[in-house]
Order: sequence, then C-alpha cells, then structure tokens
Amino acid sequence: MLLRRDPAKILQRMANLPALRCGMLAALLALSSVPAVAQQQPSPGKNAVSNFLLDNGMEVVVIPDHRAPVVTHMVWYKIGSADEPPGKSGIAHFFEHLMFKGTSNHKAGEFGAKVAEIGGSENAFTSYDYTAYFQQVTPETLETMMTFEADRMRNLILTDAVIGPERDVILEERNTRVENDPDALLQEESQATLYQNHPYRIPVIGWKHEIEQLNRVDAVAFYDRYYAPNNAVLVIAGDVDEATVRVLAEKTYGKVPRGPELPPRVRPQEPEQDASRTVTLRDERVSVPSFSTSWVVPSYHTAQPGEAEALDLLSEILGGGTRSRIYQKLVVQDSLASSAGAYYQGAMFDATNFTVYGAPKGEEGLEAVEKAVDGEIARIVKDGVSDTELQKVKNRYLRSLIFARDNQSGMANLYGGALTTGSTVKDIAEWPDRIKAVTAMQVQQAAAKYLKPGTSVTSYLLPTAEAAKAQN
Amino acid sequence: MIHSAAARRHFTALLYLLLTVAFLAAFAGLARAEVKIQEVVSTKGVKAWLVEDYSVPIIAIRFAFEPGSTQDPAGKEGLSNLMTGLFDEGAGDLDSEAFQIRLDDAGAEMGFSESRDAIYGSMRMLADQKGEAFELLRLAVNQPRFDQAPIDRIRSQIVAGIIASQRTPEAKAQEMWRKALYGSHPYSRDDEGTAASLASITSGDLKAFHKAMFARDNLHVGVVGAIDAESLKAVLDKVFGDLPATSQAAEVPDADLKFGQSLHVAYNQPQTTIQMVYPSLARSDPEFFSVYLMNHILGGGTFTSRLFDEVREKRGLVYNVDSGISNNAHSNALAISTATRSDRAAETLKVIEETVAKMAADGPTQAELDAAKKYVVGAYAINNLDSSAAIARTLVELQIDKLGIDYVERRGAIIDAVTLDQVKAAARKLLSVKPTVMVLGPETPGSGG
Repeated sequence: MLLRRDPAKILQRMANLPALRCGMLAALLALSSVPAVAQQQPSPGKNAVSNFLLDNGMEVVVIPDHRAPVVTHMVWYKIGSADEPPGKSGIAHFFEHLMFKGTSNHKAGEFGAKVAEIGGSENAFTSYDYTAYFQQVTPETLETMMTFEADRMRNLILTDAVIGPERDVILEERNTRVENDPDALLQEESQATLYQNHPYRIPVIGWKHEIEQLNRVDAVAFYDRYYAPNNAVLVIAGDVDEATVRVLAEKTYGKVPRGPELPPRVRPQEPEQDASRTVTLRDERVSVPSFSTSWVVPSYHTAQPGEAEALDLLSEILGGGTRSRIYQKLVVQDSLASSAGAYYQGAMFDATNFTVYGAPKGEEGLEAVEKAVDGEIARIVKDGVSDTELQKVKNRYLRSLIFARDNQSGMANLYGGALTTGSTVKDIAEWPDRIKAVTAMQVQQAAAKYLKPGTSVTSYLLPTAEAAKAQN
Repeated sequence: MIHSAAARRHFTALLYLLLTVAFLAAFAGLARAEVKIQEVVSTKGVKAWLVEDYSVPIIAIRFAFEPGSTQDPAGKEGLSNLMTGLFDEGAGDLDSEAFQIRLDDAGAEMGFSESRDAIYGSMRMLADQKGEAFELLRLAVNQPRFDQAPIDRIRSQIVAGIIASQRTPEAKAQEMWRKALYGSHPYSRDDEGTAASLASITSGDLKAFHKAMFARDNLHVGVVGAIDAESLKAVLDKVFGDLPATSQAAEVPDADLKFGQSLHVAYNQPQTTIQMVYPSLARSDPEFFSVYLMNHILGGGTFTSRLFDEVREKRGLVYNVDSGISNNAHSNALAISTATRSDRAAETLKVIEETVAKMAADGPTQAELDAAKKYVVGAYAINNLDSSAAIARTLVELQIDKLGIDYVERRGAIIDAVTLDQVKAAARKLLSVKPTVMVLGPETPGSGG
C-alpha cells in the first residue's frame, strides 16, 4: 500500500501477514466472501445493497449505512501482482504508488490536499488479485472524490522525475516489510515453494532485483492496459443511496471511455503436486522456533459448489481460535504450545492455500507441536466432526455477518475483495445459506482430500545452530 | 484472549512505551459527528455514557478502571497484564471450559487489556442475547476465579512471548527506551513483566489486585447500540453495582522525561530505524491544541506533512516518516519515527533535524495552520464513527480525560480559536529541546542526534 499508517484491517489484505491469524471476525473479513445481510432474501429496504453497470462497463456497488455522515469511496481494479508480466514483479504495487502523482488536470498532491482539507482519510493497497484506492469522507464531498478518482484513472502524467524517487520509496517499503523481518522473509520463500507454477509464488511487493529495474515504459504499458472503467469496480458504503450514486457515477466515471477489451484472467495453473517440501530459515533474532504447513486448495472462485464453504468451516473447527480443536488440545489440554491454529484464504481468484501453524512454549518442543497438529488433522480425516461442533462454528460465522454490518469500511472491503476475485453480489447474498448447508461429511471429505501429508510445504523458523546450542 | 494479545505485542512498533499516539487521532474533529451522548446513572450510582442506535442489532460496551499496570507490586511486574488474560477463563461457578462454551453460545465477544494507566474491558453482543451476555460479563467482572490451570497456561504464553522476542534488536531498543526516558518511574517497567516476576504471581495476588482495583469510583463506562437508558441502568447495577465503592490505588508521580540522550542498538540489517522523542504538553494543558496542530503540520498528516514531503516525496529516503504526540496520565511526548536504508541513515537524520529546526524557528505558515485546522476539525467522524466499538472507546476516553459530555460540540470552536502565534510558541518551546534519539541499525550516523 501507499503508506501503512492505516488500520490493521487494511494491512491484512496485504498477503501473508501474521495478522491473518488473529480472531474469527478478522479471518472472515479478510479471507472469505462474506455477505452484507444475514437474511436469506435481502429486503429491498433503504439499507439494501444494490449493484449496477455503467455503459462503459464499470461495475458499481452501493452499501447504504446512514448511522454517521461518512462515506467510504473505493475503486477496485481487477489487476494484482498475479497478473503482472514475467520479469516485472512489483509493477502492480509500484503503479499503486504512482497513482498518487499528478495528472493533466491536477498537480501532484492536489487530491491529497483536498482529502485532508475535509478531514478525510485516504490510502490504497495491492494484493495478488486486485489493487484498490479509497477515501473516507463526508457525503457532500463524495462527488469531488469521484471526480478526482475518475481523473487519475486515465490522466496520470508519468515522468522519469516522479518514477525514480518513488522506486526508492518502494525499495524502502520492501526493506520495512520483508528484509528486516525473518518471519516475512520465510513467508516469501514458503509461498515461492508452495506454488510451483502459479504467479502467487511471487511476492506482491516484488522481488528486489526486479523492482530495481521497473521503469517508465513498464508503468505506462501497465496503466494503458489495466486502468479503465471496464476493469474496475466502484464500491460506495455509507451515508448515500443508490439513486444519488447512480447520478454521480454517470457524471464522473461514466465519462471515462471504455478501455481495451481484456482477455480472461488466465494465469499459469498449478500442476498436481506430489511431493512434500520443507523450507527452513535460521536467524539469530529467533528464540522460539515455529512451523507452518500449507497446502494448495481451491478458493471460493475455483471450488466445486460447497467445497470452499467446507474448507472455511474446517479451518475454524481445526484451528480458528480458542475453541478450536488444535488450540484446545495443544494449548489448553496438553500444554505443548504457546500458539497454534489454522486458516484458509478463500477469497482468491485462483487456487489458494490452507495453513496450520504452531510454536512451543519455549525453545524446546517444536517437534511435539508439529506432531500434535498433524494428529488433529488425522483425527478429523478418520473420525470426522460432530454435528454439535459444526453447528457452533456455523453460528459463529453467521453472527459475524451481523457484527460485520457494524463497520462501514469493512463492508466495502468485503464486497470489493469478493468482486475482484471472481465472486458476485449474488454469491455474497447466498453465502449464509451455503454455509448452513455444509454437512459434517463434507468437512471430513475436504480434510481427507486436501490435507494430505505428502503434498504440503512445511516452513520452519528456527534459532541459529549456535544459539540453539548455547541454550542447551 | 491472551493469545492474540501476546501476538499483538510481538508486532507493535518500538515506541510501544509511548503508545497512545494512535489513539489521539480519536479527538480529531468530533464536531461533525451527529452522535447524541446521554449520561445514564443507575440506582446504585453507576454512571455510563450511552449512544443509542438501532440500525444494527448489536450492543458494544467498553469500560476502564484507573489506573493500570503502574500498580503492579514491585517484583510482581506483569500482574495486570496476566490478570487481563484470565477474565474469560472461569468466573462464579463456571470453570474455564464452561465459561467459554457459554460465551460462545451467547454469541458474544469479550476482551480485557491493560495500559499503564487503566485496565480496560469490552464486550460486543447480539442485542437479542444481551441478557446472557451481560450475565457472563457480571460474572467476569465480579467473580473471576483465577484458577491455577488457566493461570499457568496464560502465564506460559506470556513467557513464551517474552522469550520469543528476547534476541530481537527491537526488544533491546524497547528496554533501552524505557530506562532512558523514564529512569526509575513506574513507567520504566515492562508491563508484560519478566519470566521471574511472572513466576512469583499467585492466585492470591490476582484476587487481591482485582479487589483493590475494580471499584465504582475509578470506573468509566461507554455503551453504544440497541439499548435504551432504562434498560442500561439495570445492566449497570447488575454488572458493576456490587463492586466496592472505592479503589485502593497508590499515587503515581508524574514522570520527568530525560531528553538529549543518544541511544544506539547495533544490528546489521538493511534498514535503520530512527526515533526521536521531544517533550509535549498534557491533554489538560490549555495549549494542547497548539501542539496538536503543530504536530499535524510537522508529521501528523498522512500524505501532507513537512516530514513526509522532505524525507519521502522529495528524496525517496524512506517508506514512512511521521510524528505523533503521546499523552499518558503521567508523561507527555512528541515522537518522530522512520526507517531508512542504512547507508543513508545519516542523511535522513540530518533532513529530519533540519525540518524540525525550521519548525522550531519559524513555526508553520498561516496557510498550513488553516489547512491543519480544517483537517483536525473534520476528521473525527470519518476516523472514528466507523463502528460501535470505536464510538464506545471514545466515550470512555472522553471520560478519562475529563473533557465533559458537551466536549463534542465545543471542540470545533476550541480548535478554531488557536492562533498562529500560539502554534509558533508551542513549536519553539517544544522543538528547541534537544531530543533523545534512538538509532537501531548497523552503525551510528554521523550527526548523532
């Protein structure tokens, strides 16, 4: 993202952050397509979510919430790091930064000054499947925001003078996020090992040596290809109604000509994986060892009906918080681990990952933790889950939808994330019913089919050999 | 849940010890918000601030008991933090397992945390299950069990967190910061405690501490959501009405921060972290907003501050550079923070020092001040009315800071009244002081702070 001085909920969208592991609601919001309204048939009341298309192909979603005089205005582009040309890793994220430079109508900083003047906040973020820009402002300034945002969709001026220093900024961002942090370095290597062919193997921020080579020609080509209304989704949540948004959208974004037709987002897909792999990083900053094991599994977009929902519920039963099997067994009953759990990143365009993780209570005992986590997976594969625990987990998911409605920007993120990873507004509305329909048998089958010991990548973050020896 | 609390600790920035920086933004611009705050007083005299709202069928409650971990007995550092991990681990007749099952079935989320200055609790519930949720909260607040098994488990998680970070340069830097800034003041202690201090804490210690600290005279409550004042009165009596009338906290002196020091943690990494701490003014100081506005112009604005402009936009030296003001009950500071490629750390430090010196000498321009005022007045609703939990948090902090229930309406005028001369005077007074500077990286940059 352009700057990371913003809420954790946005940070989580950046791939692979440990923040993903905290808490049920956070996991839900970040990882799966979650509907706005818990009702089965969304009522056409004044708070109903609506969506429509502009003539130039731009999709619009309106999520009314009239509790405070605030609107969240977001434009999501269906372009992320997994869509980058080979050898140009980091261009999607780099471009996100360049969107804050000047246009032919407004010099650099003018948009930001306008946002600040009204007390608004703004930022942007990039992930594997999307790039998004947002402002939170008062309703009467929404049109101004839309005018600025529509302007930079096509009118950016990209010169070497702005590109050079911004590339330096991004190299520092990479230093901050990755190079200074052994955990992040290991995550990068793990991801590159887990995906053998799919571009999810490449970090969103880009490989350092490729970032260093990004230039104006790359940026212009990228802009002309992907930044157009027919590749964008406008999401507006807050103190507005559909009719107003329709008028404003046609007046602003509606004036931007349709861009070139884009081919379907077909990326190189994963071959069948048939070996388990390990990745190990030793670092002198590490004292307590930890592990994580990941499998490539279907996402909501690629799964057969019901399978992603089953994986979602499986992750919660297995390791989604303090009531989960892994936590209860390893942390509470056997006192082996200080932390342990599981998560599933369902909201991805292509096949995604399912991960279990754990760390012992001190410098010893990693092996026992890993073995016990494997034991819990094996137990579900063998004996399945009970109807009671399945029902409790479903209840937790369904009520988190009601809590989710309490957070305007969270709702906007939810819709934007779903719509740029292949889901539709209808999918979101039907999600509660699909969760309710998952059977205990489906959860067991998902575990048996996907969490096979022979196809996973296990990553170890360990103390240096010297440090480990000194301790013994 | 201590699991996530420990994890959070792990990822917080070096300036954890100054950590009210983020929260201060909460006061930026309440004026716009159309939030109607009611004061509710129960039969037994428990007071709360309420924002009624029925658009989503949920209720959020947040409360604070003052003070916090400054009250941890000597040798038992980490007691408050450990205690906050135990409120959902058994209460009344329910052991840990039974309590957590009922909480899950009630569809409620409960959390406790501490700072140096307060112990916080919060709960978010579905309105149609509020009876059961508040009953569980009553048990947690009044009759926590502090059973040995959960004590041992939560303690071992906290200790694991301490061990996990002990070889990181960030942990060294935090320790160095605490000692350098606070000397022997209670703020100099790590509120997580140490392995040794945690080992000494017994169930009896926790019970005694809970009894001393959870009372009605040091309690502040904020409630938001689908509940009316009359129903809330009954809830307040039920949850808090039977607590002792008065708490037994020891007086804490104000901290005398030590400026002008140069601190260095040597670590060979590609990026060097630079942090600088200057004095600031208390929340209750009449010149508070002069400082607040000056800070916003210096490094508080997201993409519009002087530091952002000079260090990032013009020179591409860093990804992030900012300044923030931090107000604790007994200390106030203004902190600048950044991270830069190590081979240009000296240059980065020099640019920051020049930017600060210019602000100290000349202050901001009238145009900068006007823009900052607009932002600070307007930003509150946008930044903080995003959720019920955020509003509840603000209701509690407004009470802790004794700003008055009408502060929301008064705030815009207070900010508008600040003059350019006041802001210049604040800049001169605070930024002329030689800061304490911490450099975490391969080597000390030339100019040295």
